[in-house]
Amino acid sequence: MHDERAPVISVHGLSKRYGEVEAVRGIDLEVRRGEVFAFLGPNGAGKTTTVEMLEGYRDRDGGEVSVLGEDPQRAGRAWRERIGIVLQSCRLDPYLTVAESLALFAGYYRSPRPVEEVVAAIGLEGRAGTRAGKLSGGQQRRLDVGMALIGDPELLFLDEPTTGFDPKARRQAWDVVSGLRDLGKTVFLTTHYMDEAQRLADRVAIIAGGEVVARGTPEDLGDRESQPARISYRRDGEDLSLETTTPVRTLNELTGEALAKGVQLENLEVTRPSLEDVYLELTEQE
Amino acid sequence: MTLLLHQLRYDQKVFWRNPAAVFFTVLFPVVLLLIFATIFGDQTVGGRGGIEVTTYYVPAIITLATVSATMQTLAMSLVIAREDGRLKRGRGTPMPAWVFIAGRIGNSVVVAVVMLVLVSALGRVLYGVPIPWQRAPDLLAVLAVGAASFCCLGIALTALIPSQDAAAPIVNVLLLPLYFLSGVFVPDDELPEGVIDFANHFPIRPFFQAIFDAYLPGNGPALAWSHLLVVAIWGVAGLLLAVRFFRWTPRGG
Repeated sequence: MHDERAPVISVHGLSKRYGEVEAVRGIDLEVRRGEVFAFLGPNGAGKTTTVEMLEGYRDRDGGEVSVLGEDPQRAGRAWRERIGIVLQSCRLDPYLTVAESLALFAGYYRSPRPVEEVVAAIGLEGRAGTRAGKLSGGQQRRLDVGMALIGDPELLFLDEPTTGFDPKARRQAWDVVSGLRDLGKTVFLTTHYMDEAQRLADRVAIIAGGEVVARGTPEDLGDRESQPARISYRRDGEDLSLETTTPVRTLNELTGEALAKGVQLENLEVTRPSLEDVYLELTEQE
Repeated sequence: MTLLLHQLRYDQKVFWRNPAAVFFTVLFPVVLLLIFATIFGDQTVGGRGGIEVTTYYVPAIITLATVSATMQTLAMSLVIAREDGRLKRGRGTPMPAWVFIAGRIGNSVVVAVVMLVLVSALGRVLYGVPIPWQRAPDLLAVLAVGAASFCCLGIALTALIPSQDAAAPIVNVLLLPLYFLSGVFVPDDELPEGVIDFANHFPIRPFFQAIFDAYLPGNGPALAWSHLLVVAIWGVAGLLLAVRFFRWTPRGG
């Protein structure tokens, strides 16, 4: 039917302005089939504006967008069968139970997944008969994800799925998103938490001030590989540290010298800039 | 069609599980009927050859219950769903927008019919007001025109309501005075000269008269075309405004 290797989302020069404000300034993105893609940035960076243009909620002012081979501004029902959307903020109907909320949405799709299967995928077994209004915030959010999942979409949009959650609820939501990858879904995730992107994403784009300022895998984002590593240690009661672009060689020299002289290197540690360091540095400039 | 029934079934579940909706739409009109009948029970109302006040209040409360089930229920529930993000979320699914709106309208019509049956039955059992079986088709026709028109007005009204908190005050500020001026709360022969003439320009008074004529024809025919026309004109105006100004996304953000 469609090319499995073609990008699920491809965006070129996407822009959007609200009056005087340029919310999105010429963004390029490519999301591949089966990957979890994180769109990471601080509040007000243009994340939701961008994701809503990809979902077909907002019209763009410029650029090219293709989502599952179609332009979201013109796509119809058949296209909506293939995507699932979790909005940044949406209160579910408090008077419907978990199973009913899912069954209601299942009726909107031609070939939905069984309700019980989705209940299990979102980890709400045992709560199927509980009304949404009685669920915790984290459980409601997972039900929200379940309602996006019920139509068995190829592509899911999750707009800040864990904002405002306690650590336990975040872990549970992360498990659900990891489960989506295992199901072969493509996930487009926006977040302002670095650890969330690091934990969940195959690839990350960082947005600040309406522009993509960095992109890559969480490991090599911001070219962390080529940045100097820091070696710190304590010798003769003195704390020392040095930066090096050749940590293997430097470490070898350092330890070789210590062994030869018979001295201890206490608290020896090699560190690279964390994703958080890179993120803060990149988004601070704006 | 299957999809519409699916939507309607869940809208019904949500309505009957919502204590506030059931109280204000179902119980409140019944309580008003009992209160008015108790306070004014032994009086008669002039006009229409002099009828007992309890007989007057049955079509009056049917009028109130219909407006409440349609215009009030739709305006409030759609604003709440809009501000909660549920309308926007529904638009992100393959479900066509008309199914969602039609489901809500169907829900209101079901509740309006339930109220017609309930208030008629209470009137018969408690106050001996005969149920107009022969004119049931006329009564249902009036109800259909009224329900459709007040649904359109309710959907149009959502455009004026900026937030969930503002929904009840705005709806009540519009409807409560009109109920008084239209003779729904106070029998119309007690109202000062000119008040009814004023109220005749708004949809509630003509709808009340159409229901009244179908329930207890005075001198004219059971189907009051001139009254229904006024109601329908308001309905069409509401429809046009709704099509133009209805929004699916939250106002607050």
